[in-house]
Amino acid sequence: MIKMEGVTKSFGSNHVLKGLDLEIARGTSMVIIGGSGTGKSIALKCILGLVTPDAGRITVAGGTSDRDAFLARFGMLFQGGALFDSLPVWQNVAFRLLRGSLAKPRAEAREIAIHKLRRVGLGADVADRFPSELSGGMQKRVGLARAIAADPEIIFFDEPTTGLDPIMAGVINALIREIVTEMGATAMTITHDMTSVRAIADNVAMLHDGVIQWSGPVADIDHSGNAHLDQFIHGRAEGPIQPLR
Amino acid sequence: MTILAAIGRSVLALLASVGRVFIFAVQALSHVVRPPFYHKELAAALLNIGWLSLPVVGLTAIFTGGALALQIYAGGARFNAEAVVPQIVAIGMVRELGPVLVGLMIAARVTSSIAAEIATMKVTEQIDALITLSTHPMKYLTVPRVLAALISVPVLVAVGDIIGVFGGYAVATGTLGFNPAAYIKNTVDFLEPLDIISSLTKGAVFGFAAALIGCYFGMHSGRGAMGVGAATKGSVEAAAMVILAANFVLTGVFFTL
Ligand SMILES: Nc1ncnc2c1ncn2[C@@H]1O[C@H](COP(=O)(O)OP(=O)(O)OP(=O)(O)O)[C@@H](O)[C@H]1O
Ligand SMILES: [Mg+2]
Repeated sequence: MIKMEGVTKSFGSNHVLKGLDLEIARGTSMVIIGGSGTGKSIALKCILGLVTPDAGRITVAGGTSDRDAFLARFGMLFQGGALFDSLPVWQNVAFRLLRGSLAKPRAEAREIAIHKLRRVGLGADVADRFPSELSGGMQKRVGLARAIAADPEIIFFDEPTTGLDPIMAGVINALIREIVTEMGATAMTITHDMTSVRAIADNVAMLHDGVIQWSGPVADIDHSGNAHLDQFIHGRAEGPIQPLR
Repeated sequence: MTILAAIGRSVLALLASVGRVFIFAVQALSHVVRPPFYHKELAAALLNIGWLSLPVVGLTAIFTGGALALQIYAGGARFNAEAVVPQIVAIGMVRELGPVLVGLMIAARVTSSIAAEIATMKVTEQIDALITLSTHPMKYLTVPRVLAALISVPVLVAVGDIIGVFGGYAVATGTLGFNPAAYIKNTVDFLEPLDIISSLTKGAVFGFAAALIGCYFGMHSGRGAMGVGAATKGSVEAAAMVILAANFVLTGVFFTL
């Protein structure tokens, strides 16, 4: 479905991606793990074309050259939520349904928005509030509702459970799993939370030092024999990944 | 040698940024005529840029018109030409001070807020989010603001001109002993259509430049709060410079007509 080959990206002397190879099959859930600042968010942005890679190839199956049609197949939850603070919550969620090729009547769009908000554990009462009036975790969930509002074929979640309580994190993990298994969507999730990894993933890829150090089915992560992955999932300070102190 | 090199570098950098703003302007204009059009965003921008700027514009104009009348009276009195107050206030306000002061107030009020708003959107990934939601930031953010400024700033300039002339009238008839009816007659008889055309043309150019520069600096903001601050500061500086330079050029052009 999505294939990245030898993708590189540098910001000045900061070489973030150094030849990333990654493949995600249709209808599967890929989770990317890796230390902070290793370029996970940048990798997602490269696929969406928000960041132009310096080199490498990215192909998305069934791709068209029309950018609007291409983007209409995607949903994206940004790490920081990226809600439009000039619009009330429901218009954020229904943004795509209020204009452009997927436009629906206003009442119907609102209906869908409220339904999606309920799926991320938010009541109808938040629909008319503004993003700045919500807590961080609520904003995150509104971002999630916006990402899934138009039932996209491919969904990217950048740290969907960061800042949520364990129960809500469980709800969101179940939701992401459900979107993949029931609606057949292809999902790519970034997370630091090993509980989420086990709940969401079909496959896991570990990014470190600009390349994928290990990738494989989630069932294999506990006996991968990969020192990077072992250190990461057990949260050890000692190992091949050197934290700066 | 190093001084020359430094001057050369900054001139080149300036020319490069002028070129980038020019390309940005061409892109913005090309999006004006291509759908989709965001009417609600245009209406909101008209309200913000046009209607809500009225108090600032009115106050600026009335004080300036009043002060102008006093200065012209004081200056004119040195060679027994106090009677020219209505004519010089009219021409000074309409041809020069009205458009320039309104333009600078728009740079202070509108350019800064556009730049800060769009820069914040950029820094918080809202611009990226717009793109992933198949909405072109140029169409959704830039076009409504630039169009709104292009439409409403000439109107603001017209209002400023009228209020400024009224400020002169109030001071002249109130404290300088001018006859009200004669003052108005002198003003109206003296102004020519070209004066008003030049005033409104300047307004349109300044409004376009002010909004465009705000959008440009916002879209090209650096990261973080520092980036937003730098974008806002840079936009107001650039807009004020462009307005004053354009004023000089336009005055020259209308001078030869
Ligand atoms: N626009 C940019 N300009 C310069 N450097 C950038 C930019 N965006 C990201 N970077 C750098 O790229 C690197 C990777 O950033 P990225 O946001 O992808 O990290 P991440 O893996 O998502 O980390 P985290 O888990 O903390 O979110 C970082 O070192 C960051 O400083
Ligand atoms: Mg990230």
